[in-house]
Amino acid sequence: MSDVSPIPTEEPASRSGWLRAIWVVVPFAILGLAIAWLISTDPLSSFRNGAPPVENLTFERTILGPDGIRTLVRAGGSEPMTIAQVQVDDAYWQFRQEPSGTIARGDTAWISLAYPWVLGEAHTIRIITNTGMTFDHLIEVAVPTPTRDTMRLTSQAILGAFVGLLPVAIGLMFYPALRGVGRNGMDFLLSLTVGLLAFLLVDAFAEALELSAQAAALFQGPTMVVLAAVSSFLLLMAAGRRHGVPTGLALASFIALGIGLHNLGEGLAIGAAFASGAAGLGTFLVLGFTLHNITEGIGIAAPILKQRPPLWSFVALTLLAGGPAVIGLWIGSLAYAPQWSALALAIGAGAILQVIVEVVSMQLRQRGDGTRALLAPAAMAGLAAGVGFMYVTAMLVKI
Amino acid sequence: MSETKLWLKQKLDRRLLLAGGLAAAGGTVVAASSASGQSSHAGHGVVASTTVDEEPPAHLAAHGDMITVGEVDDGRNGFDPTAILTDWDTGTVSQLPDGSTLRTFEVTAEDKEIEIAPGVFFPAWTYNGRVPGPSLRAKEGESLRIVFRNYGSHPHSMHFHGIHSWRMDGVPGAGLIGPGEEFVYEFDAKPFGCHLYHCHALPLKRHIHKGMYGAFVIDPDPALHPEFDAFARSRLLGTPENASWQELVMVMNAFDTNFDNENEVYAVNTVAHAYAKRPIRIVKDKPVRIYLVNVTEFDPINSFHLHANFFDYYNQGTTLTPTFRTVDLIMQCQAERGILEFHFREHEAGLYMFHAHQSEFTELGWVGMFDVVEAVS
Repeated sequence: MSDVSPIPTEEPASRSGWLRAIWVVVPFAILGLAIAWLISTDPLSSFRNGAPPVENLTFERTILGPDGIRTLVRAGGSEPMTIAQVQVDDAYWQFRQEPSGTIARGDTAWISLAYPWVLGEAHTIRIITNTGMTFDHLIEVAVPTPTRDTMRLTSQAILGAFVGLLPVAIGLMFYPALRGVGRNGMDFLLSLTVGLLAFLLVDAFAEALELSAQAAALFQGPTMVVLAAVSSFLLLMAAGRRHGVPTGLALASFIALGIGLHNLGEGLAIGAAFASGAAGLGTFLVLGFTLHNITEGIGIAAPILKQRPPLWSFVALTLLAGGPAVIGLWIGSLAYAPQWSALALAIGAGAILQVIVEVVSMQLRQRGDGTRALLAPAAMAGLAAGVGFMYVTAMLVKI
Repeated sequence: MSETKLWLKQKLDRRLLLAGGLAAAGGTVVAASSASGQSSHAGHGVVASTTVDEEPPAHLAAHGDMITVGEVDDGRNGFDPTAILTDWDTGTVSQLPDGSTLRTFEVTAEDKEIEIAPGVFFPAWTYNGRVPGPSLRAKEGESLRIVFRNYGSHPHSMHFHGIHSWRMDGVPGAGLIGPGEEFVYEFDAKPFGCHLYHCHALPLKRHIHKGMYGAFVIDPDPALHPEFDAFARSRLLGTPENASWQELVMVMNAFDTNFDNENEVYAVNTVAHAYAKRPIRIVKDKPVRIYLVNVTEFDPINSFHLHANFFDYYNQGTTLTPTFRTVDLIMQCQAERGILEFHFREHEAGLYMFHAHQSEFTELGWVGMFDVVEAVS
């Protein structure tokens, strides 16, 4: 077999090119034929057992205003759905649907009801489809939904500054004091950073999964969360290592970005919770968030202790880590759907995982003795302190 | 708190503003912004969407925004709630060899999807393609034959509330038939009164709430009640005394559209808000007699409340003197029924509401109006 005469090189190249093109066309042609056959001959008719179509309706957003109640619903049935009637608190109520008519799979529609809702009390909206299926939505505490006025936006920006910007800035202010720390102090601080990031990773991922469960089934919540987290982790790893292993200011920026993405998701969820009346905002709660987030600033400062970065970089780091909380609050209270918060938190979780990997690899590099650097008493204490502080301060804010 | 007050004030201001154009009383004021909802319902003659300038008709203003959107297509259903009120099935009459009367009814069981509220379809089991089934009416003492054919997909029967042999009872083993089968129920019409029939196949709950029930009225024979001759004659269909009354049959029913053993729709004669949207016309001079039957499943009782008036009530209709006098509310457990008698002779012409006095049932569709008009000359 080995003595087959060599074939001219040009012709097979073009022939194999043709062959390859054919093998691209053939699978698509078979797919097309399969679809055509399925549609024209309907071989699966025996599966049609007279059961009504699967229907699914998700309530994504509810707005309470002086005109009554408006709610955004997303259809997720096997066929387009028709909303026939709407009940509020077990009473049929006149409603307006926009756009009217059937709602295709994945589409949304606004339902408006001139319902005289009662401040501070609960109401239940029940949508009845043409097949008699019902979908309920509980408004736990009826409060007027914030509107898009400057006063609201300003007060939300102040709230965002308190829970996002201020604590990061305060944490970064420890920078001059931390600069003088020795080897053990550095071990402690870097491990503290890893500890707090580990807490945020678990927290963001768990919250993303929880929120994604409220989203319409067609978003495939848990899958979306895992994929988004893994992609953001890989993308940031690749981007971060484009010019070698990130250290110093670059690493601090990545930590700030990860924390910022987490704060964006958190801001979305908090903004939505306040908008829907699910949570009342107390001074204690705001202070809890501030305290909770102070360690984030220390964590960002840790990689740049051996450098002397310009002052503006501290401002930029603060804005990068804390600013998204403000943006999240704005978006969350105005246009909210659980899948977007879940997505933001999942991306945040991936980003946090990336900085954990980078901080740990930095620890390993800084100490010649490899993994023992992570097991030094100071490092273990830092890790415990980071996770412990975050967990205890989170007790102040979890509702 | 101050913010709350401010907000409430805004809300009230807006309501008052909207109320400006509305003279009608009783309705929620926000009704001004009421909507036609689904434009797809508009196809079958929905009430035009109301605006601030347009005043809704008085019979709709009385319900404000608390009403179903759109109208039910009676043509597709094959029955009209207004027609059902006065549509008696008297069967066919023949003479037996001994000179007595034989009355024969023909009833079929059929599966049928019906529209029970605008746009809401329910996979019903029906007698003669309608829910409630035909209102059967006979005279006390007549021999009755009910030819029952099951064209449905499940075993069914007709279980009559009346006096008969066990063999005619419509329970399993006595007149319960499978799909495609036929059975003839034979018994005498007694006792006189306002009764009902329903399917007694198992499971009972499912067969009843799917729509297998109807009114069964036996008129008293005046010859047998000489002491109440005039009154008995007024109850007997076909007499001039009876013609001076306005008789209506109302079957209080409900539908569990999502099969969770709780009802989503309540009504009299099936269609939610049917008589709220199309009030029942009542001539002021003529007294009203309602044959009221409760077949509501899942809820222990149902009730009937008449606005601005009182009535006499004959529980189960088996007496010729009222069991309650001068009441404006009666309640019935499932299969309980009775006769209501009242008149609007001294009333102003206008709209008079009636509904269940369980507010929940009212708000889920069981509410209607009498449109009392002066006698037409």
